[in-house]
Amino acid sequence: MDKSATSREMLDYYLKKSYADAAAAKKSGKKICWATSISPCEFCETLGIHMLYPENHAAAIAARHGAEDMIQVAERKGYCLDICSYARLNLAYADIGRSVAEEMPLPDFLLVCNNICEVVIKWFENLSYELKIPLITLDMPYNYGPEPTERGVDYIVAQFEDCVRQMEIITGNTFDWQRFNEVMDIALESSFWWLKAMSLASANPSPLNGFDMFNYMALIVCLRGKNGCRDTFRKLTEELEEKIRLGYTAFPGGEKYRIMWEGIACWPYLNFTFRTMRNSGMNLTGSTYPVAWALEYDRGDLRSLARAYASTANNSSLPGQIDLRVRVMREYGCEGATYHMNRSCKTMAFLHHEMQGAVSAATNTPFISFDGDQSDPRNFSGAQFETRIQGLREMIDQRRQARPGREGEL
Amino acid sequence: MSQIRELLDCFKKVATCPGKIVREYREKTGKGAVGCFPVYTPEEIPHAAGMLPVGMWGGETTLRLAPSALPSFACSIMQSITELQLQGVYDSLVAVIVSSPCDTLKAMGQKWRRQVPCIQFAHSRNTKIDAAADYTRREYQSIRARLEAACATTISDEAIQTSVRIYNEHRQVMREFSGLAASHPDLVNPIDRHMVMKSAFFMRKENHTVLVKALNGLLAKAAKKPWEGVKIIVSGIMLEPVSVLEVFKQNQIAVVGDDLAQESRQYRVDAPEGADPLDSLARQWLSMYGCSLIPDPEKSRFSLLRSLVEQRGADGIVLCVMKFCEPEEFDYPPMKAYMEKNGINLLQIEIDQQIQSVEQIRTRIQSFAEILRAQRARRASIAQL
Ligand code: SF4
Ligand code: SF4
Repeated sequence: MDKSATSREMLDYYLKKSYADAAAAKKSGKKICWATSISPCEFCETLGIHMLYPENHAAAIAARHGAEDMIQVAERKGYCLDICSYARLNLAYADIGRSVAEEMPLPDFLLVCNNICEVVIKWFENLSYELKIPLITLDMPYNYGPEPTERGVDYIVAQFEDCVRQMEIITGNTFDWQRFNEVMDIALESSFWWLKAMSLASANPSPLNGFDMFNYMALIVCLRGKNGCRDTFRKLTEELEEKIRLGYTAFPGGEKYRIMWEGIACWPYLNFTFRTMRNSGMNLTGSTYPVAWALEYDRGDLRSLARAYASTANNSSLPGQIDLRVRVMREYGCEGATYHMNRSCKTMAFLHHEMQGAVSAATNTPFISFDGDQSDPRNFSGAQFETRIQGLREMIDQRRQARPGREGEL
Repeated sequence: MSQIRELLDCFKKVATCPGKIVREYREKTGKGAVGCFPVYTPEEIPHAAGMLPVGMWGGETTLRLAPSALPSFACSIMQSITELQLQGVYDSLVAVIVSSPCDTLKAMGQKWRRQVPCIQFAHSRNTKIDAAADYTRREYQSIRARLEAACATTISDEAIQTSVRIYNEHRQVMREFSGLAASHPDLVNPIDRHMVMKSAFFMRKENHTVLVKALNGLLAKAAKKPWEGVKIIVSGIMLEPVSVLEVFKQNQIAVVGDDLAQESRQYRVDAPEGADPLDSLARQWLSMYGCSLIPDPEKSRFSLLRSLVEQRGADGIVLCVMKFCEPEEFDYPPMKAYMEKNGINLLQIEIDQQIQSVEQIRTRIQSFAEILRAQRARRASIAQL
């Protein structure tokens, strides 16, 4: 990759390359694995297995307005509307093998990790059943308490070991533990630079247009174990630091309001939601995504790796989820929050009620909630979104008036 | 009234007034009841503490308070539970135990807002490796410790051991009952069958076993009569409200077997007896199969249903999909394809505890029954040729 390339160019280059490499690998008989978005990439990467991420692919289909046709394919098979739309899109893709997004070669085996939700267990089970391919499961027991338990960690480590054995059988190669350490180093660095870049959104004004985060995210999901990912986020960090030095703002009229966006983007309406917020002077500075892939562990230590992957936001207890949002609101200077009541994602949506109240009380900020879906375009209403955003702006304004001086700080 | 009818009415009484049963149990024994959320809660642990483990499977209720706490796209059973919880219906329980096999239950454990302690736990979802047994055993150990604190008592290994035996025996008699009920659709209608199953959630199992054994004895002696109606197997989380079962009954549809989480799924596998009762329970969990909530890329549920259809001479399957239950919704498309391939009739209906009218379901069930009847008649005439 050309040294002068911008992080944006690097992002496009590496993403395209990863799909192209996977297609070439498939042709030459190498193994392809489909995996869930926060599954450990370290094992496949060590064995040189190409990993692809159906959630990311489904998001790309939706962002390119190709979801509706595919959803109909899934519906004809019997997948009802209530099922997570990523799953519906991907199960349709697995059936017909094409979409408006990049070509994603069909897998030789699957890796499912339920640290994001239980839906993926059923989704990948169906893929395994229909495609008649092996399914490797990494079960991360739900942390109903404050943190992963020792028994949970023992169990996850045993699954890691079993996963290595299964992958050795599938590929016919021996797992190289030395290489594993190197991969861990890269993945750790990628996570470090991802978080570092994203955390620059805390600057005032933020050098990052928050919706960009949704675009950059594809790389940390898909290529965490590769140098290209690390290099791109290092580059992005440099670019953002430069913008901060120059006092650059991502907003033409200035960033008037800093907002936390809770939940997944509405991919089919990414532009619309972005513009609606921008027209109100709102920048999306806060999100839980930066920490989602900021996986920190001690290199070479499987127990530490287990703890890191078991501690994702979605796998956390309600108090843990509230604390995380309060931290995000504070660190990124958010004055309000929008909660995406995502029809597809029960795991995120069902705790909104408690989360909104607690986060709002702890940070003394208002919030709004809107109905949507990350990739089924039928579950979103533009008019409702606009009204709610306007409502949020008014609530923030009222609070500012009650606390004069606050606007000046911005 | 026949003895069989008397017994069946007795089950119905228990199944339809759990509140009274819990009160009476408390007055008689000085011990309370522990609420067990669906599914696969190791009831043996509260049972060993002398408590009355009661099943929490929602019920018909109008949602007044729930909409402010749970989004409308949560499954109908958890909507009811949320409503009843907010109404304070569960406040007299000593504790509730919540498993976490789906995203909705994970959230439900966290959303519990009453004074009654909530003991959440997570089964191993990877049932293929040995470490899963050890993890689940320790998870059950944690349930025991939290329950001991909630009940201010200790629960010994011996007591759990005894409960394991009681539950194994109960499972055995319930399996027998399912078979006997299938042989006597004229004596046990779909509502009766359901009430026998449901009443198990509100009685100490040793007492339920005695009653079911008595019923089984009578059924075993009763003469078998030919059944003019159709026979079906039902599958899903649960088959309620009773108004839906009433439709089956009115249309002479006999339920000759089930794969419902609320009914036979929990009786499928016994706990192997061993020195460590929590290990027995963990191993039981690992050997369970054929359920949408137990990860299984082989989808053994489908072949299990197929054998059940064959064994019980059923004409088809009614899949009762709980509204907004993703685990069940995911199983439907491949199940549909499997049954089509194997020439088995399958009807999907939606189960909604807040259902206003069963008319739509009635029409679908009636036309399904007509198809099955016509097929049966065709088969009979071919056999005569
Ligand atoms: S959108 Fe939600 S339900 Fe769907 S795969 Fe992601 S975390 Fe799971
Ligand atoms: S009915 Fe389905 S979604 Fe609801 S709690 Fe049970 S398994 Fe979960």
